[in-house]
Amino acid sequence: MSLRGRVLLAAGLTATLLAGAVAYVIVAGNRDKAPAVAASVVDAGPGERLLFRSTASGSYGRVATVPRADAAGPRAVSGLACDRVYAAAGAALCLRPDGPLATYQLAVLDRHLAVKDTYPLVGVPNRARVAPSGHVLTWTVFVTGDSYNGGKFSTRVGMLNTATGETVDSLESFAVTRDGRPYRNVDLNFWGVTFDDDRHFYATMSTAGRRYLVAGDVTAQTVRTLAVNVECPSLSPDGTRIAFKEAVGGNPAKGWRLSVLDLATLRRTRLAETRSVDDQAAWFDDRTVMYAVRRGPKAADVWVVPAGGGGAPQLLIPDAESPAALWNSAQ
Amino acid sequence: MYLASVDRRTPSTRTKAAKVAANVLALGTVSLVTDVSSEMVTAVLPLYLVVGLGLGPAVFGLVDGLYTGATALLRLAGGYLADRAQRRKLVAGLGYGISAAAKAALLLAGSSLPGIGAAIIADRAGKGLRTAPRDALITLSTPPSALGRAFGVHRAMDSAGAFAGPLVALAVLAGSGQAFDAVFVVSGCIATIGVLILILFVRDQRAPLTEGGAAAARPGAVTPRRAAALIKDGRVRALLAGAILLGLSTIGDGFVYLLLQRREDIATGWFPLLAVGTSLAYLVLAVPLGALADRAGRTRVFLGGYAALLLVYLILATSWSGSGALVTVLLLYGVFYAATDGVLMAVAGPLLPPELRTTGLALIQTGQALAYLVSSVLFGLAWQWFGAAGAIRAVLAAATLTLAGSATLLLRTHRATR
Repeated sequence: MSLRGRVLLAAGLTATLLAGAVAYVIVAGNRDKAPAVAASVVDAGPGERLLFRSTASGSYGRVATVPRADAAGPRAVSGLACDRVYAAAGAALCLRPDGPLATYQLAVLDRHLAVKDTYPLVGVPNRARVAPSGHVLTWTVFVTGDSYNGGKFSTRVGMLNTATGETVDSLESFAVTRDGRPYRNVDLNFWGVTFDDDRHFYATMSTAGRRYLVAGDVTAQTVRTLAVNVECPSLSPDGTRIAFKEAVGGNPAKGWRLSVLDLATLRRTRLAETRSVDDQAAWFDDRTVMYAVRRGPKAADVWVVPAGGGGAPQLLIPDAESPAALWNSAQ
Repeated sequence: MYLASVDRRTPSTRTKAAKVAANVLALGTVSLVTDVSSEMVTAVLPLYLVVGLGLGPAVFGLVDGLYTGATALLRLAGGYLADRAQRRKLVAGLGYGISAAAKAALLLAGSSLPGIGAAIIADRAGKGLRTAPRDALITLSTPPSALGRAFGVHRAMDSAGAFAGPLVALAVLAGSGQAFDAVFVVSGCIATIGVLILILFVRDQRAPLTEGGAAAARPGAVTPRRAAALIKDGRVRALLAGAILLGLSTIGDGFVYLLLQRREDIATGWFPLLAVGTSLAYLVLAVPLGALADRAGRTRVFLGGYAALLLVYLILATSWSGSGALVTVLLLYGVFYAATDGVLMAVAGPLLPPELRTTGLALIQTGQALAYLVSSVLFGLAWQWFGAAGAIRAVLAAATLTLAGSATLLLRTHRATR
């Protein structure tokens, strides 16, 4: 083929491919434009309500509540959109995109979901929790490019005490005690924090290919390992047990089994949910754990299962994720 | 669009501007377009996995396990097959094609973790497969005296694509209401355009060009025995040894940026900008340093690149900090890339017999990659044992030794071949 012929062919095919690409972008931008649900007043303060992130069409991404007694029933949907949300004791935390670029921010909310303050976040938000007092907020983000082999993901935990103004930028500088001995390694990653009180917390720490449950102390800046193969801990309202996801066979590639660990005996109980659960669970009450199960991109439901190991999982809130039981926190 | 200006009739009388062969420009365009496509995906992948699919932190285990080891073997096998059939364009095209198909696979995988893992493996396999035949084609399309510049132009175009990719991805996300599938579709379309340009404009160069531009055919049967005999050539062996030795002194971008971040106390938000700074320096310096290599000696510029790396370690080991130190480190790190990545291929090309060139280049790239793998693991361990400051001092000492060793090795061979 002559050069002219090849140039024409290349230009024609390139134009066709680019036109196809642009058309796809436009179609993608205009699909599932269900009429948006009107925003209503949402009370995120303590009370008999569940707060969550809606994944229903028409209110996708927006923070909503349902009454405890009728969780699958009509919901109050706010105008606030978040990727991850949590609330306790009248304080709420919203991790959301910041502008059109792929940057994120943390929004501190009051009990009416009004934004009190925002902070820029580095990385993609993944987990959010508020201490039972409502004073300390914590989050986990994914960061890429700062691990030593390139192309890997790493995680970073941040904390903010709204009462004292104290912040924690990363847990990687905390002194680590592993199996009773001081430990350091450059490959430390932390994620999935849950608070006992404003000072003491539990989290996941990964190092050298293993994932540990650690107990931490914000004031002393220390963490120590308690158990292995525990991810995304969530402390029960009575403070005696941890709900977590346990990698099947110790290998996260095989999925996770939702389990409960008794902190006094370190005994594990596998819950009746047999589907792989990749979420930081929350407690419905001292006997029941709730968690999101994905149905695909942009679709999830919140389920409940007994924390004692028996029973069967039940659908709690359809088209929802990131649940928080507002009655569990202190007044 | 400068493609139209690509003319297959390369003037035989080289002007003072030292024309870069049309084939190199075509390969550079393919790389540019392909890098836009692949960096688009790289940029949104964490976002897609975490926000789009709601996967938790263990996703890093997903890409973690797939290691350079596998692609290294594939690279060697691909290099040998390309030589065996004397069809480098075909093997390179296969590599580009596999990566393009991987974008579609990512779309089809949906939220299936094994599916996503397989798509990422395919993408890396395609990259491993195409690198050596592509570099061999560059050496076979360029007179030996202009190789440094040719590789400089190619690498500059390559990193320009890598630069533009994330921006295109952000534009697509903004235009489609955060639809990740749109990013994969657009990326797949762009990757297909890259394959198309390869098919239509890259010529499969089977024999190298001599200074005059005439083809000097010296066909010889390609057998495993002949491929293995490559290492028996003293100059090839010295270069391989030198490349491996120097590879042992590289600790990897991640560690360099991590050390910088700790010293300068950079807010984590600015972290990605460290990589941007380095690639900007690389992008700008690739052509001038490649041209310098042609004039002043490629081995010298190559060694000079590692001297720049040594300076980076030196600065990281001292207490000099502040924005001056930061800019200097990033600039030197860019110099390191610009003076070593393409230049090594330009050094290696003429040493290798044309019919075994892909195998030879693959061998050197693999040796270097494996050495780097070893050194980054060792550095991780050193960090664990001695802490950051001790580890950087250890690597500084090691890099001084390896640079001195390979300089002796390479400069002596270099002189002997004169």
